[in-house]
Amino acid sequence: MTSITENLPASAPNVFVRTRDRASRALQYVGGISELAGQTIRDIVRGPLETSLIVTQFEAIGVRSLSIVAITSLFIGMVLALQTAYSLEEFGVKMFIGKVVSLSLVRELAPVMMSLMVGGRVGAGITAELGTMKVTEQIDALRALATSPIKKLVVPRVIGTTIMFPVLTIVSNFVGIVGGLVIAVANLHLTANWYLRSVIDTVKYNDLASGIGKTFFFGFAVGLISAYNGLRTTGGADGVGRSTTQTVVIGAITVLIMDFFLTKLFLLAF
Amino acid sequence: MTIIEPTDRRNEPRESPDRRRMTREPFVEFQDVYKSYGLKQVLRGANLKVFRGEVMVILGGSGSGKSVTLRHMLGLEAPDAGRVIVEEEDITDLPEEELYRVRKKFGMLFQSGALFDSMTVFENIAFPLREHTEMSEGEIARAVREKLELVNLPGTENLMPVDLSGGMKKRVGLARSIVLDPKMILYDEPTTGLDPITAQKINELIIDLQSKLNVTSVVVTHDIQSAFSVGDRIAFLNRGVFDWVGPMEAARDADNSNLRDFLKASMVTAAQPTHAQT
Repeated sequence: MTSITENLPASAPNVFVRTRDRASRALQYVGGISELAGQTIRDIVRGPLETSLIVTQFEAIGVRSLSIVAITSLFIGMVLALQTAYSLEEFGVKMFIGKVVSLSLVRELAPVMMSLMVGGRVGAGITAELGTMKVTEQIDALRALATSPIKKLVVPRVIGTTIMFPVLTIVSNFVGIVGGLVIAVANLHLTANWYLRSVIDTVKYNDLASGIGKTFFFGFAVGLISAYNGLRTTGGADGVGRSTTQTVVIGAITVLIMDFFLTKLFLLAF
Repeated sequence: MTIIEPTDRRNEPRESPDRRRMTREPFVEFQDVYKSYGLKQVLRGANLKVFRGEVMVILGGSGSGKSVTLRHMLGLEAPDAGRVIVEEEDITDLPEEELYRVRKKFGMLFQSGALFDSMTVFENIAFPLREHTEMSEGEIARAVREKLELVNLPGTENLMPVDLSGGMKKRVGLARSIVLDPKMILYDEPTTGLDPITAQKINELIIDLQSKLNVTSVVVTHDIQSAFSVGDRIAFLNRGVFDWVGPMEAARDADNSNLRDFLKASMVTAAQPTHAQT
């Protein structure tokens, strides 16, 4: 009896070996992130937290992302209103534009788009900063000076992203709805009062909780992935570049995958 | 493997104030330490004792595991097998949080200085004091000034690391590593990449600190001139083991051909004029 692999070309074992190695690396990566998550949560719970470092991260992650969030949210709101109006006009129900725009934004678009945009900006920054510290031995210097890099570097950044993502989502919701208002008034000739009343009547507490609630998890994941990739960087400037790219890609994919599962969960919960 | 203990009569140390402080009590001890990175085996059963009060120079070629040895002493790396003992305490299996207590006994000068580039010189040196002491800001400022004077860099408190030359970075790194008054200082390639005059200043600084702070030191280098300027004993790391350990003055006539070849090649290289000079 011949086995299946006997008839494969000579390069076939390499494919198996490569696949096995990739799977092993992926598992190690997930294991490493889980370990860092455990240590970070433990350090947060145990305290004491360094308030000044956390406030600095609030500023770096939240305040400095305001302009990017405002611009993207305004245009997302405007484009959403334009596209929705195009469809609604066919059925003669363009007055429902406030309902459609606000619900789409609050439940899905604002949290996800904001997390992707800010996640890219902030995540790349965190990985590049920690990665540079790693390759220039600054992380080792911290450890040599009997200081925990997790407590000093990871905890403030993860708290920063976890708290600031929901805050920025609130801003994004508001600005996106204003973007829809601009199109509703300028293009569809609805009154601002009608549009806003429609928004207020439509958006319920559970819509806000579902949309904003998801971003706590997105923020935590993005902060953790960015920090982990930074701390495992090797190989100089080239390595920092690779880690930063990895953060942006893995961060975005994670947000989208988590979004699916969290949406299912929140639909059951609310 | 040859190990010549410091009390061996054939190799009686020079009569210097530093040498007289050297004892036979080991501060750090490696017992059969193995360490691999992937398929590369770096340490293969390394044994070493660093005695309290001495300046031990670890010599060896590039990639021989000299820096890895220092990292094991600090607990920055754990061995795959074997034990690392610090002041009679086995630190091999200590968790990271326990190691912080052990690391306070050490000061380490990294090859690049490893200054925190988001902080000024003052903040870099003040960092360990703010982390581990209850000192007031006034006391911290005094301590920072004192250490900066010790490394001959007074008045540089407000500079950022990016404004410093390579030699200055190493000196600030040194000031930071001694600010908590450690019992042992580890120097990773302290003179690499420096011009000869700056390198000599760093060597003098190491000797000066040794006499002023009464510490134990381990210097990792492949700069032979630096090794002979500062060291009491040499540990020659070759193929993952300490092939020869003994006093500086016995090294040239050592019964170890690898060490003799290494010293000969290093001295020839040091004596050769560089292209820039010709």
